[in-house]
Amino acid sequence: MEAAARAASDKHSEPKTYLNHETSVWEWLTTKDHKKIGIMYLVSLAVVFLVAGLLAMAVRLELMSPDFSIMSADQYNQTFTLHGIMMVFLFIVPSIPAILGNFVLPLQIGAKDVAFPRLNLASWYVYMAGGIMTVAALLIGQLDTGWTFYTPYSSQQGSAVIFMTAAIFVSGFASIFTGLNFIVTIHKMRAPGMTWNRLPLFIWGLYATSIVQVLATPVIGITMILLILEQTLQIGIFDPALGGDPILFQHFFWFYSHPAVYIMILPAFGIISELIATFSRQRIFGYRAIALSSVAIAMLGFLVWGHHMFVSGQSAISSIVFSLITYLIGIPSGIKIFNWVATMYKGSVWLQTPMLYALSFLFLFTIGGLTGIMVGVLAVDVHLHDTYFVVGHFHYVMMGGSVMALLGGMHYWWPKITGRMYSEMLGKIAAGLIFIGFNVTFFTQLVLGSQGMPRRYYEYVDRFAGLHQLSTIGSFILAAGLFLVLGYALHSLFYGKRAPQNPWAAATLEWTNVAAVPDPHNFTSTPLVTRGPYDFHKADEIFGGGDGQASGDGAGIDEDLLSPPEAAPAAPGDEPKQ
Amino acid sequence: MNDSGSFWLPEAASTVAAEIDGLFYFVYWASAIIFVGVVAAMVYFAYKYRRRDPNDRPELVEESRLLEISWIVIPTILVLLVFTWGFQAYITLGTAPPNAYEIQGEAYSYGWSFVYPNGAETTDELNVPADRPVKINLSSREGDVIHSFFVPQFRVKQDVLPNRYSAVWFEANQTGTFELFCTEYCGTGHSAMIGDVNVMPQDEFDEWVDGAVLDEDAMSLAELGELQFQRNGCQGCHSIDGSDGVGPTMQGLHGRDRDLQDGRTVEADENYLRQMIVEPTSQVVEGYRAGIMPSFAHLDERQVTALVEYIKSLDDE
Repeated sequence: MEAAARAASDKHSEPKTYLNHETSVWEWLTTKDHKKIGIMYLVSLAVVFLVAGLLAMAVRLELMSPDFSIMSADQYNQTFTLHGIMMVFLFIVPSIPAILGNFVLPLQIGAKDVAFPRLNLASWYVYMAGGIMTVAALLIGQLDTGWTFYTPYSSQQGSAVIFMTAAIFVSGFASIFTGLNFIVTIHKMRAPGMTWNRLPLFIWGLYATSIVQVLATPVIGITMILLILEQTLQIGIFDPALGGDPILFQHFFWFYSHPAVYIMILPAFGIISELIATFSRQRIFGYRAIALSSVAIAMLGFLVWGHHMFVSGQSAISSIVFSLITYLIGIPSGIKIFNWVATMYKGSVWLQTPMLYALSFLFLFTIGGLTGIMVGVLAVDVHLHDTYFVVGHFHYVMMGGSVMALLGGMHYWWPKITGRMYSEMLGKIAAGLIFIGFNVTFFTQLVLGSQGMPRRYYEYVDRFAGLHQLSTIGSFILAAGLFLVLGYALHSLFYGKRAPQNPWAAATLEWTNVAAVPDPHNFTSTPLVTRGPYDFHKADEIFGGGDGQASGDGAGIDEDLLSPPEAAPAAPGDEPKQ
Repeated sequence: MNDSGSFWLPEAASTVAAEIDGLFYFVYWASAIIFVGVVAAMVYFAYKYRRRDPNDRPELVEESRLLEISWIVIPTILVLLVFTWGFQAYITLGTAPPNAYEIQGEAYSYGWSFVYPNGAETTDELNVPADRPVKINLSSREGDVIHSFFVPQFRVKQDVLPNRYSAVWFEANQTGTFELFCTEYCGTGHSAMIGDVNVMPQDEFDEWVDGAVLDEDAMSLAELGELQFQRNGCQGCHSIDGSDGVGPTMQGLHGRDRDLQDGRTVEADENYLRQMIVEPTSQVVEGYRAGIMPSFAHLDERQVTALVEYIKSLDDE
């Protein structure tokens, strides 16, 4: 990010932007600017994603064939455990809200910043503390409980578990801080005219997410504290050897961890709504249904945790009730899918890279949702539980859903964040590689699982060899796609074309009323909102006065022509350094 | 139902499998139709309404109440149907017929042992009669962790907990050997915690089970030791042919010098072997981890001695 800032300040007569304003390391580390905090989260999370992704590659490599081995059983167990913990608790849970939520939310509602900028900065430090504790747990050694920490196995693994659970406890506070901040910001800091019915759907998604973050995260904190107390004071809570109940741990764990999957997916729904509306240039079909179904999912999400425990020995009545509620929660997700597809109807569909990710999302998340219905069927789940089918389903929802949406969102807001365009051609190639690689990797896992392959197996019986090999090959393709993204993203920071103010011809405030690279205070004057976020028919300004200049991908367009005068931030007396 | 299974599901070898497969394929085809519909509409719209000019101004589409209501109501009916069907089959799965043949099953890290009504015992092998309901009462060994009993060809699975009983039942309708997997992650040897389920005709089973009762008092120490070695699942981690496993091999162990983690070197004599059976964390050899092997202090004196004698008999000459 600093490179981009330096590059930006090289150019003469550059207006003041958040990137060339207060650029020292100290100023970054003490910044209260939501945009810079978003970028700090972006860099931290990218590192976590890279490490956890490489761990996944090690797992796939180990499973390539029954005879081939790169590590011992214990190392394998530690590898998948770390992959799970890092991806879930340190990457996907914070990802979209902390990176794009932080950057985009105030811009989209017309605010100067979030409601509590210091709390926002604190959340990043708390997150980093959690990350460092995770590394400490690593160094202390040999954590191999899986990301679910099921007792009594985890009770027998010693101090590494205590450190790791403490790390999760701490990083949970980062989530709570962010959630609290967003709720207050959305309630109190909307620009004049930005009514609830005019909120972009990304904001609705973040709002629903924040509610879950604030209400559910304390439960995992309490559970982790109980786990620590049990081990240090030897009081029986979960460990049957001390008179505790291991099933109780599963209830507590899933009481958080199921709502947590909605923390991971609800903001993704928001991004997809933005992308599909903008690139179809059509008002979102069923705005109210999409907005309210997010809130409905957030609420119902608290009542379905028991569907992770159909074969645990919980009572049949509980299982039946949990199964029924699980179906009810499937309906709002289905409604969203239909609404998004219907939004494209009679639109003007522009297949740029972000839209390709949105369409990938529709494809993959539909599979994720339907396989979710499959594992929600009580009797069928008995067969599928704890097999690769569940692993496949989970990755279709989390990676095919959340991560695809994150990638789409990153491509979509990249010009606003960095002021640069990336290579559209490479972007499309990478999106294609990721889509193909993802399906080869995880569709085979669905088949493996329904054929009976249990999860978390270091070795497997011969009849699974072919599918495992295919899945590993798929993961190479997937990794190639992701590294390509990393490559052209870094390239674009230094050599990318200058982004115009509104390269996608979007109609939300961060594109229409904010400069190409945002001003440190976002808006030069408080915007007055007079239409809905997707009312393209009322948004004449995005059509560039009809000459088409504002609707390109930024290539070959003089950005000066593109900035509406009211948004051009040319504050006097603030000349950039020569 | 066919012998090699289908693209999605393995061979179906129990009476409940047919119903569960039927349900699986109902959900599968309903899902496939919805999925193809969604993707086809998406691809068609993306092509038909592709942007032809940067200044395209599409006309505003009004929302259709009817359409929205239909895609709420139809999926709701579908999932309620699937729910009801799945819940009935789940009740069937959870209710063993009263005439079921009962076997006691114990899971431990990392193996399975089964005790039949007449006292016969098997390890990592479950023998059952065909065409008769069989109920397995499961528990995990004291101080052990959660395991899970899974036979893919029977479509049954049940978690196995310490200090608590759970049960699973099935009626195998095909003879042959099927896989028994542990599906609840339990540590180093999780993926090696595999057993065989042998389904045999009733008369063959009766013959086997009658002949399988052993008189331990009449056995020599080395024979009893071999039996104990298998029953306690020692072979899950310790090979007897010199190959390395989770734990050291037993072949030629007796009399060898062992380099311990604390730097000492001791000879693996009878007292060392005995000590490591009853208190396995006390003198762990360099390169292995303490805490994986549970204590076998609950074995009686003759059984421990028998194990030591058996290990001594594995000397390579």
